Amino acid sequence: MAFNSSGGGSYRQQIAQQRLRIITGHLQRPEDDDSAISAVECKAPSSESDASSSEGKTVPRRRHEIMKWNGWGYSDTRFLFNKKGQAEFTGKRYRLSGLIIPGLKDWMEGTFGASVQHKSQATPILNSSSVQPPNLNEAFVEELKSTGVPYSHDAEDRVFRAHGHCLHEIFALREGKIGRVPDMVVWPNCHDDVVKIVELACKHNVCLIPYGGGTSVSSALECPPEETRSIVSLDTSQMNRILWIDEKNLTAHVEAGIVGQDLERLLNESGYCTGHEPDSMEFSSLGGWVATRASGMKKNIYGNIEDLVVHMKMVTPRGVIEKSCQGPRMSTGPDIHHFILGSEGTLGVVTEVTMKIRPMPEYQKYGSVVFPNFEQGVACLREIAKQRCAPASVRLMDNEQFKFGHALKPQVSSIFTSFVDGLKKFYITKFKGFDPNRLCVATLLFEGNRDRVLQHEKQVYDIAAKFGGLAAGEDNGQRGYMLTFVIAYLRDLGMDYYVIGESFETSVPWDRVLDMCRNVKARIVHECKERGVQFPPLSTCRVTQTYDAGACVYFYFAFNYRGLSDPVHVYEQVEHAAREEILASGGSLSHHHGVGKLRKAWMRETISNVGMGMLQSVKDYVDPANIFGNRNLL
Amino acid sequence: MASKPVYSLHRNPMLKKRDDFEDVLEERRSSSDLRYALRCYTPVLYKGMTPSKASMLKSMVLQSDQLHFVMKQVSTETGKAVDDIQEEASAILEEMAHRLQLSTIRFFAYTLTKVFKNLFRSICVNEEGIQRLQQAIQEHPVVLLPSHRSYMDFLLMSYILYTYDLALPVIAAGMDFMGMKVVGEMLRMSGAFFIRRSFGGDKLYWAVFSEYVKTILKNGFAPLEFFLEGTRSRTAKSLTPKLGLLNIVMDPFFKGEVFDVNLVPVSISYERILEESLYARELLGVPKPKESTSGLFKARKVLSEDYGSIHIYFGQPVSVRSLSQGKIDRCQFNLIPRHIPKKPTEEIQGFVNDSAYRLVRAQEENMVLKPWVLLASLLLQNHHQSQASGQRPGLTRDELTQQAAWLRDLSRQYGAFLHWPDHASPSEVVSSSLSLHRGLVKMSEGRIQLAVEQGGQVNPGEPRTAVTPEEELLNRAVVILSCASYRNQALHVFLRPALLASALHAASSNHKQEVFNSFSFLRNMFSNEFILCPGATVQDFEEACFLLMKTGELQVTEHEVLVTERGQRTLGFLTNMLDPFLQGYQVVCRFLCEEASEALTEKQFIPDVRKFIIKHLLAGRLRYSEVLSSDLQKNALAALLRLGAVQKMKGAQQGTLKVNKVMVNSLEDTLGGKLPTQKAAVARL
Repeated sequence: MAFNSSGGGSYRQQIAQQRLRIITGHLQRPEDDDSAISAVECKAPSSESDASSSEGKTVPRRRHEIMKWNGWGYSDTRFLFNKKGQAEFTGKRYRLSGLIIPGLKDWMEGTFGASVQHKSQATPILNSSSVQPPNLNEAFVEELKSTGVPYSHDAEDRVFRAHGHCLHEIFALREGKIGRVPDMVVWPNCHDDVVKIVELACKHNVCLIPYGGGTSVSSALECPPEETRSIVSLDTSQMNRILWIDEKNLTAHVEAGIVGQDLERLLNESGYCTGHEPDSMEFSSLGGWVATRASGMKKNIYGNIEDLVVHMKMVTPRGVIEKSCQGPRMSTGPDIHHFILGSEGTLGVVTEVTMKIRPMPEYQKYGSVVFPNFEQGVACLREIAKQRCAPASVRLMDNEQFKFGHALKPQVSSIFTSFVDGLKKFYITKFKGFDPNRLCVATLLFEGNRDRVLQHEKQVYDIAAKFGGLAAGEDNGQRGYMLTFVIAYLRDLGMDYYVIGESFETSVPWDRVLDMCRNVKARIVHECKERGVQFPPLSTCRVTQTYDAGACVYFYFAFNYRGLSDPVHVYEQVEHAAREEILASGGSLSHHHGVGKLRKAWMRETISNVGMGMLQSVKDYVDPANIFGNRNLL
Repeated sequence: MASKPVYSLHRNPMLKKRDDFEDVLEERRSSSDLRYALRCYTPVLYKGMTPSKASMLKSMVLQSDQLHFVMKQVSTETGKAVDDIQEEASAILEEMAHRLQLSTIRFFAYTLTKVFKNLFRSICVNEEGIQRLQQAIQEHPVVLLPSHRSYMDFLLMSYILYTYDLALPVIAAGMDFMGMKVVGEMLRMSGAFFIRRSFGGDKLYWAVFSEYVKTILKNGFAPLEFFLEGTRSRTAKSLTPKLGLLNIVMDPFFKGEVFDVNLVPVSISYERILEESLYARELLGVPKPKESTSGLFKARKVLSEDYGSIHIYFGQPVSVRSLSQGKIDRCQFNLIPRHIPKKPTEEIQGFVNDSAYRLVRAQEENMVLKPWVLLASLLLQNHHQSQASGQRPGLTRDELTQQAAWLRDLSRQYGAFLHWPDHASPSEVVSSSLSLHRGLVKMSEGRIQLAVEQGGQVNPGEPRTAVTPEEELLNRAVVILSCASYRNQALHVFLRPALLASALHAASSNHKQEVFNSFSFLRNMFSNEFILCPGATVQDFEEACFLLMKTGELQVTEHEVLVTERGQRTLGFLTNMLDPFLQGYQVVCRFLCEEASEALTEKQFIPDVRKFIIKHLLAGRLRYSEVLSSDLQKNALAALLRLGAVQKMKGAQQGTLKVNKVMVNSLEDTLGGKLPTQKAAVARL
């Protein structure tokens, strides 16, 4: 998460300390006596540099012990309205934790017409009786036992792995509705464990669904309801070691189950980083990134996942696929890595990845620029991309999102700060004549050598000035990045008060960015109205990545569903319409979330008949019995 | 038969609810015109846009990628420097662009009020339509599509919008207005921009023009206004739509440059058209006076007469987005930069054509019909019948009143938007209509008839001596054509049943398929003459059956279509209504078979066919002098060209027409109902 890397070393360490405390707490607890879990662990092929393996990891086998079973993130962290009716962010994990957010209530009431009086409670605990009993393949279980790989068919474990974080998935959980869930969960500890599991699955015709961080937003983890075989969720979370670091070539060989925050933290300890920071990096895993073609916030410096991977291993029903060397580029026919990248768990399990690493940046600096309107902002980003001088991250938020960010300002401690804030506001709106209902803000993150950062910063601000942009301080920048990661928690708060929402993304050529943003936002408003949504929805976007030939755009969409009999259905119809509008306006089906099952319907028109045939024939060869039967993508 | 939700609501026209009207002149008659002209005018604009200067618009157009691309292209093709071409473009734009000024509008608001109060009893507007329009202007770029029957139309539109504090439109006008120096500039300053009548091959002109229109539209600077029919209809019948501008205004939506475009059909109906006899003369071949300022002043005598009332109906805004849903895949524009001009695909052309017809239909449906329209239809039919049978011409007041009441009820059942005053007795209504149109009717021996005997009625200034038979014929035709232009206003109401009635008349049996074939043939033949949506033959047939069954005139079984006892009168009336057109097409066919030389050019066609028709009329071989209408003759030729019976030659004999005499002959026979219609049956029931 952007946030984690923000406050410099001291803050990072503080967080790490906290996490360590929590995790040691878990470790000290007596090992669960759940009969289903076998205690035999396989030894990872460890090396000397694997100093970190002894340290605590974020993701335990029983995830629901520290994470919400029906919402986003850690159980101890959530937004709520306290007794005084003020919004508060609980826990101790984030910078916003423990703080009062005075503006949030008004913003929620003003934006959605929501009311603190009208609560829509979630089912507090999982009722195991609503989970169908596991459909076990006895022969498979028998043989699995003999391998010593831990497994479970505990209801809580299975339910946790039956979903990602799509709105309809979380909404159903909150209502206590459980659909088809995996019949059992296995926790391989290393590549060889995975090989054994896949062999057994093939032998006994069991359906395998790889599970990494569980942060999917494409219905990719949903169990196909038509699947009659026993479904086994293959949780990679225990394959979380850095196996070696090669400082000569600046690569690290890592097990694919490691989650982003652990990977960064462990590499940081050796003075390195990958620089791959998707918004979900607290929970999403390396294997998941590979399987969905993930993109990180700082891709301008470090590249997207496909640029970062040097080598990888995937276990398929046909055997293990990997390249024979680690050459930085090869001309050996179509790159087989590209069959794996974006395969969304339909071909096999990614087990180990060799990734590029970089020395940790010496200096980081946030920044922000206010533009009189979104059009000017986009023109500025386009120019920055043209000059190829984009900072590590640059994001342009529209007016609604700017206001949203504003509503998330924590209570100010000193009168002086609020005085300064008032002065800034006066300067921008009155003195510079910006319309508060049109202005928008770009947030920036610079990284690298101190001198170069400062030089770079000047270059970018100079360009911005040409487009009417005014520098608006580091603070605003930092808060902008915080927004993207607390938003997932905020959705749970919204759902407590009849507000549902989601984000979705696309990529689009530069010349169509403005048209696409306007059309999609208008379409959302239009569709909501058509479908009887009582209040105008929140329909907002940001340009979140820049490329030579286009940009990645991220939309947030939420509405108050009071008065609707089937809010999720309405939600899905609107989201579908929004995607149609994206495609009609020249946008892509997905920039980094993937296709899953949610966007499958558009695949054929997206990649053509022949393209579908190519993918299908790979699937048919690699996995003829459809062992990896999550039915994503095709 | 794909039917649109927007229209399917009106499947049964009887169920259609229309808005009420309000007279905008009423207030003007009781308060100061000057204050009205100077009042505070603050229209709401699209998404709160601030109005932009005309000069800014010009520079946006000249700097657009679209224009730059074409300028470079033209430069490569012609070898001229880009700078020169840029200058050319700038000159084109200068010639074209509007210079809307509020002061000019205020001037017009003042003078027009004076004029209107003189000319018209009332100008009625549906206020609900105005409210819908106001809403639409704020949400989406709006295109106003008024019907076009008179020069008055576009002044009237701007006048109404000013009155209701709505954004003033920018109006596409034909270059012919430019001939009038002062007036042309006045119109320019009241929001008109001028386009050449034809610029087919001129790439640069097209680029400047389309970019100009799109820039106005995309930025929502002002509502755009143009006439779908392309020119004023001289016959009061809707003209088949022109697609060029509609294509241009839809393009930004297809390319995702705007979220939606709202098209607002506006129906303007005049109780009495100012250009009444002017049009008739024009149709008969007396060339229209070139528009000139002095000519306009001569027309001042027009100003002293009573022209009754005007009704303006602002229709339901039609969203291009919903209209094209499921029909146009907008992804087709994803792979090519949008500033590169591309010929619209067949899919898009078809869609635009379809939409254009639907919009003209919407205009037609909301045209207010005055009682006189019905009287004109009755008197015309009576005129022709009495001529044929040698009876005394004319109807007594009672007969006319009784027949008018019958026709009133019939037209209402067919969904006509008839403005028949309910508070007055039918005979009062008839009297008042007759007095407004006293130039066209006369009373002789207690019988009301068309004023055809003395040609002098039409132009009282001229001496009545020494008239040749031909002149007399033309003078009579002026009255007939003037009268027909009122009957034509009601044609769209009766068209489908009338086609069915004629089909029944022509078909050799009552077999349903045969009747349908005959219907389909006639419909196809007349699709340049009337507004008949392409591809809607079955729908139209069903509608006609439905209407005639509903009123008890037909019995339609699974295989047969039977006329009932009481249906005879209505069916007779309906066939008579179409008869002049049938005869007109037949005589054009006959001309082409008998007289057309090898070297007949398109240009020569109208004068030649006119001579031919005059000869036959004078010889008493033709019944309807209406067939002298050049509009009808042109439409007939267009239909024959479309059907391939006549071909335009290319190459050496450019402009000449090649007639397939066998085919023309057989079409003529089929029109006369002598042959079974097998060939024409394209669609089957």
